[in-house]
Amino acid sequence: MKKVFEEHVATISAAEELPKTPAAPRRMTLNMGPQHPSTHGVLRIMLELEGETIKKAEPDIGFLHTGIEKECEAKFWQQVVTLTDRVDYLANLSNNLVYALAVEKLLQIEIPPRAQWMRVMMTEFSRLNSHLVWLGTHALDIGAMTVFFYCFRERENILRILEMFSGQRMMTSYIRIGGLALEPPRGWERAVDKFIRAFPGNVDEYEELLDLNPIWKRRTQGVGFIPLEEMLDLGVTGPMIRAAGLKWDIRKSEPYSSYDKFDFEIPTRNENDVYARYRVRLGEMRQSARIITQALEGMPEGPWQADAPHVVLPERERMKTQMEALIYHFKIVTEGFRVPAGDVYQCIESPRGEIGYYIVSDGTSKPYRVFMRTPSFGNLQALGVMLDGALIADSIAALGSMDFVLGDVDR
Amino acid sequence: MKHEAMLETLESRGEYVVIADPARILDLCRYLKDQEKFNRLSAVTAVDWYPAEPRFEVVYLLHSTERNQRLRVKCRLNGASTGSNPEIDSVTGIWRGANWYEREVFDLFGIVFRNHPNLVRILMPIDWEGYPLRKGYPVHGYKYGYTNE
Repeated sequence: MKKVFEEHVATISAAEELPKTPAAPRRMTLNMGPQHPSTHGVLRIMLELEGETIKKAEPDIGFLHTGIEKECEAKFWQQVVTLTDRVDYLANLSNNLVYALAVEKLLQIEIPPRAQWMRVMMTEFSRLNSHLVWLGTHALDIGAMTVFFYCFRERENILRILEMFSGQRMMTSYIRIGGLALEPPRGWERAVDKFIRAFPGNVDEYEELLDLNPIWKRRTQGVGFIPLEEMLDLGVTGPMIRAAGLKWDIRKSEPYSSYDKFDFEIPTRNENDVYARYRVRLGEMRQSARIITQALEGMPEGPWQADAPHVVLPERERMKTQMEALIYHFKIVTEGFRVPAGDVYQCIESPRGEIGYYIVSDGTSKPYRVFMRTPSFGNLQALGVMLDGALIADSIAALGSMDFVLGDVDR
Repeated sequence: MKHEAMLETLESRGEYVVIADPARILDLCRYLKDQEKFNRLSAVTAVDWYPAEPRFEVVYLLHSTERNQRLRVKCRLNGASTGSNPEIDSVTGIWRGANWYEREVFDLFGIVFRNHPNLVRILMPIDWEGYPLRKGYPVHGYKYGYTNE
């Protein structure tokens, strides 16, 4: 520890050394974070400044590392679902879905259409939830405070719907291996319908609040540029790529959970700046509303869980009255279920980009390895390139446009 | 797709997997990026197959946006039984995005990536001892264990 500290001090004095000629610009090292309000989590960025210009930006992550991947190896397959919620706490249903899809691929069980459509609807709700939080806080960082209240008003309604379905507002764990956690509640159609009728009008409200605001445009247009090739090279995914003109969305290119049955578009822009990313996410909110409307209108009837009694917990009523169901219940709860040996990589489009789980099974009732390829981790890698040569005041706007969640970065 | 460093190609559950020779991983990755258009490296990760030997498996998750195809490249690495960390060449020169992923694998598994620009711990504190995702590492850590002191 002492040696590390001495090395650290040595690097500081080297950076702070006075230039030989008095007129040469002097570099200053500025520590942004770990508790900076606009990083929305615990992130430290070491900025090297020449006056107001950023010459080098180096993110320092790991403050929220909780060892979730290690923890997964000590849990039964079905218990891991609750851990995936905690990774990206704004889009928890996307995390549930990708884990469930990966394990179902290993188990080779088929999910009934009603459960698939319900999953699509719920993940789109979590996309709306995530984008609303992003828009509100991003605008707040830049100085437009009102949008925050509007966004959180709608977010509250979404959380109420999530609570109605799963009994939880944030850590829903609603999507389980083999289907859903609970039967959709009575009257859910009415609640979803009421929300989705009003929502497109609400998006117009945000657009008016921001697009008619000259300060917003001046702070976002032409800021945070980074070439498309460089983003692909650095592993950036999601709305940032689409704001640079590449029409790539995993929901379309590698459809999962019957997304191919829905009619929606991929919003793209070509400016590749903070403003374009805002427009793309706004467009995505409108498309998500379209998907939810279609799911509401065409929701198939039928079972909401797969016909796989060795994987899916039986209904409470059947468990209490039928011997078979009681045996299955007892076996799943006490010793879990076995998953065939093998490895699988499943990825889906989360609100932030490509979220993929690489899962290895050795044939036992606990995962051998769960690797989470989280979008925020890949996106944050581009921060150094994006801030290179930018003004320090623009760094907040550029940071916000990446839309990362630190729990997602550090896992 | 054919290259000398590919030891085996297989398809499982609709996914393409290549088992590669770790000594020639750089040649193979250069070929896959330039000739086969795998322009994205989604992630690099590893699996610890203790007590099997070779013990570690480094996994590269590749993706081509042009061909809309995914590919998994796996390398088995010897080591750790001799006491030293296993080594493999870094692919940061081919995909810059490999930088943080390789640091993460180094941090959690103790696999050394040769010629990596900045191979230091990324998720754990820099003075941490041990490699948490190795199978010998307990889930609840060493620091707050049950000792008689």
